[in-house]
Amino acid sequence: MSFLRITSPHGHGPMSTAGIMQTVLVATVPGIIALTWFFGPGTLVNIVVGGALALAFEAGALALRDRSPTPYLKDYSVLVTSTLLCIALPPYSPWWLIATGIFSSVILGKHVFGGLGYNPFNPAMVGYVILLISFPLQMSTWQAPRGLGEIPGVMDALTALASPATYDAVTMATPLDVLRQNQGLLMADLQAQKPQFGLWAGVGWEWVNIAFLAGGVWLLYKRIFTWHAPVGLLLALGLCAAIGFDSGSSESGGSPLLHWLSGATMFGAFFIITDPVSSAVSNRGRLIFGALIGVLIYLIRVHGNYPDAVAFAVLILNFAAPLIDQYTQPAVYGSRPVKEDEL
Amino acid sequence: MSLVDTQPVLAALMALLGLGITFGAILGFASIRFRTEGNPLADQINQILPQTQCGQCGYPGCKPYAAAIAEGDVINKCPPGGQETIDALADLLDVESMTLDAEHGEEKAPKVAFIREAECIGCTKCIQACPVDAILGAAKVMHTVIADECTGCDLCLDPCPVDCIDMVERKTGIQHWRWDLPSDNIIASDRAAA
Amino acid sequence: MRSTYAIHGGIHPNEAKALATPGKVLDAGIPDKLVLPLSQHIGRQPEVVVSVGESVKGGQVLALAEGPMSVSLHAPTSGVITAIEDRSVPHPSGMTNRCIELQCDGEDDWLAFTGITDWRAADRTELIEAISNAGIAGMGGAGFPTAVKLNGPPGQSIDTLIINGTECEPYISSDDTLMQVDAPAIVEGADILAHIIGAREILFAVEDNKPAALTAMRDAVAGSESGCQRDVMTFPTKYPSGGEKQLIEILTGKQVPSGGLPAHLGIVCQNPGTAVAVRAAILEGKPLTERIVTLTGEALGRPGNYRVRLGTPIHHLLAMTEFDPSDNRRLIHGGPMMGFALENSDVPVIKTTNCILVPTEQELPTPPPAQACIRCGLCAEACPASLLPQQLYWYARAKDQEQLEKHHLFDCIECGACSWVCPSHIPLVQYYRSAKGSIIDARAEKVRSDRSRDRFEARQERVERELAAREAQRAARRAAAQKKADTGAEDDPIAAAIARAKAKKQAAEETPSAASDGDS
Repeated sequence: MSFLRITSPHGHGPMSTAGIMQTVLVATVPGIIALTWFFGPGTLVNIVVGGALALAFEAGALALRDRSPTPYLKDYSVLVTSTLLCIALPPYSPWWLIATGIFSSVILGKHVFGGLGYNPFNPAMVGYVILLISFPLQMSTWQAPRGLGEIPGVMDALTALASPATYDAVTMATPLDVLRQNQGLLMADLQAQKPQFGLWAGVGWEWVNIAFLAGGVWLLYKRIFTWHAPVGLLLALGLCAAIGFDSGSSESGGSPLLHWLSGATMFGAFFIITDPVSSAVSNRGRLIFGALIGVLIYLIRVHGNYPDAVAFAVLILNFAAPLIDQYTQPAVYGSRPVKEDEL
Repeated sequence: MSLVDTQPVLAALMALLGLGITFGAILGFASIRFRTEGNPLADQINQILPQTQCGQCGYPGCKPYAAAIAEGDVINKCPPGGQETIDALADLLDVESMTLDAEHGEEKAPKVAFIREAECIGCTKCIQACPVDAILGAAKVMHTVIADECTGCDLCLDPCPVDCIDMVERKTGIQHWRWDLPSDNIIASDRAAA
Repeated sequence: MRSTYAIHGGIHPNEAKALATPGKVLDAGIPDKLVLPLSQHIGRQPEVVVSVGESVKGGQVLALAEGPMSVSLHAPTSGVITAIEDRSVPHPSGMTNRCIELQCDGEDDWLAFTGITDWRAADRTELIEAISNAGIAGMGGAGFPTAVKLNGPPGQSIDTLIINGTECEPYISSDDTLMQVDAPAIVEGADILAHIIGAREILFAVEDNKPAALTAMRDAVAGSESGCQRDVMTFPTKYPSGGEKQLIEILTGKQVPSGGLPAHLGIVCQNPGTAVAVRAAILEGKPLTERIVTLTGEALGRPGNYRVRLGTPIHHLLAMTEFDPSDNRRLIHGGPMMGFALENSDVPVIKTTNCILVPTEQELPTPPPAQACIRCGLCAEACPASLLPQQLYWYARAKDQEQLEKHHLFDCIECGACSWVCPSHIPLVQYYRSAKGSIIDARAEKVRSDRSRDRFEARQERVERELAAREAQRAARRAAAQKKADTGAEDDPIAAAIARAKAKKQAAEETPSAASDGDS
């Protein structure tokens, strides 16, 4: 009688890579709903088109690399990348913008390095930054949120996808843009003058951020990642904002609450920097990784040239992740020196 | 300061000259003060070579080959060390790794010499040939190999007038068994597995 | 009640212990033939002292320990030795090793034994000798010779004995069963062990998923007298709490230093089965010839805890427990986390066999092919040694031995928690085992090559010395001949002799090493 000879352990836990990726996708749902509510179906169209393109690019890349596509396509990782990128893209983007972004993410961000697990940078952020640098105009055109402008329908979204020239969107500067373009005012005046400001931060944006926060907390509860990186980011960003903000002038950069609930803060904290492949390894390392990203986000938002900063901050810290790993090895069992009284 | 204003070219030249002299002096001092004795590179190479002393590389032992590599000889002349040694040397010398030069022999499992003692005539020729003094015996009495010290270099085979020396596999019992690395099916070419 | 401490990491796999109904011991009977591997422990093979065709009685010595790191082997029943040859043994390699085959006669005729009843008065060395003669090796899984462990590293005083009844691995319930049915014997065995090592405190460790065993142990401790402070301690179920180092941290809050032994903290750990075997060896003089084995898995019709004679072939046990091969592909020696898969069922039960697991594919499916590591870090959270398993994995693949050692590869206890949680199903533990093997081999090879280099250089030097000496002699002769020619032949023999002596002296002075070499 002959039995299989394979190595221990012979049992396995409930987690699988595909399962983790699916959970992450599910967790983006509240954020996507919030985006759709405030900005119309643009983001949904982005995600559908981007997902299809991403699967096609992934299959093509795998074929070129002489890998069988099935096991890789089934791990959902490329869908996570494309979904995250498409959430970050402005709604009602033209198809070529989405295609360029997905190509950059999947091919340049992932497959040139050897595919899933080998990419030193967050693929979605690679795609986003390439687009932001190449097409700054398209990338900073945001639909006005519900209540401040008319919300387009699905047909409008499809038109915008095909030829943006024929689609005339109601666009508006985002609160972070407003903040950096209007320095030298008092925050109170700014809030009174500009319709973009809502309860705590921007109209719509605050709820989008809260929705992503909810999805992220659910992921934490599902133990998809540890709290270290997101908490590091939020604490550092909040601390920087608190130090910088004189609670009056708009020049001083906005309150911690404004920063937490503006732009891509929550999305970045829970969905981007928690990408395990390109972040630091140990818990302590991830705390530092997140905190440094938080500091950079603040610095770029307040002192840099771009209104939002999550993508740049993440990519810069991706570079630093191996160095962080080098210095944050956890203390191994038995490395603690034995005290005299223990003998 | 007036020099910088009036003769900027001259000032720049002087500054460069000054820097050159200062750093040259520091480097010169360091090269004397921190001089290392002997040939550290050859020693490091020798640490990597397997010390079989078999001479298959064409040098009379591992140390001379180490010295030759330090002088620029190729790193793929050592069959007992095999690919692992070549890779380690390539790593140390920061050169491209290469495959073993078949001219010098092929990589084999490590062996030890074994004297069929009944046939030994006690000529001591193998004793003289052994590079590591791993053969015991005296004239006209039977010889034997200290298996633990034998490097498996083959040098005792040729001198033996009665061909009573065999090269046998080094002992590989259940205690010497090791786990293999798992096959890398998903990375290299996973077509078959998928 | 003393408090316990938490350890890092760990997992909570499905325990599946009820399958084998812990607490009830069934008899596995005597098969036709027993196959007894000489090596059932870590260390040297014992020396065979019987020959083919010889009749032996139960308890008779078949192979005698050779040195301290060796353990004797005894006949588990009476019969005739029919073969001494290489057979498949329970080992992850699937390789063969030397075994003694015993054709049982069914009489089960035993030698008479005499024990040491007054062990408290007995000399420590005498007791250790008795344990050594009884062929006892650690019965928890590793099989370290018990007598060696009791001798301990020199100069270390031991004050705590831990009886490790944690049994954290899923499916296995042999220790649980033993604690339920034989708690007084475990406690008495522990008293003997504590007496031998000079411990003043005994801690019985039982995970909180074994309430029956816990009660039995508490009762047994309460119902007996001892010179030691004794405590039955319980703590939350978590794998791998039963790892020696993990258990020590749970019970004492101390960590065994990296590369050190529990003895360095004044602690010795023993398995309950070992304690029972020690008691039998001391009080009755009885050698170790049987043990309780958990036969479990859904492919068995009658799983349970069986009292099995050492050497019983596993196919005998499978037949007895109504093995259904239809949905089974694996036969596992040990538990699902650390056990190894056997290729065939001819291999016998040995001293370290605590469990034979025969799962259905439904129950424990064959793992799918490994996917790429996504660095999720679940492994690092599960690692009880606080290692970074994924870094070790990358370095093992790159064969970067330097980084592997820097990342503490050798502190890995191979518990398998990292592989269990890995969402990409990477066989991490196999990477570590392989890497450890390569590093151990590389170290041995380094020692070898260093010695070869020294010997080669010593020989080089000697050869040069000899050459120089010969050269010097030749020079001396030439000088003498010259002198002779110059002064005219046989004119003055005395002068010639003086000249010769002078030349020799001169030569000797020129090459002092040659002279000394001549002396030696």
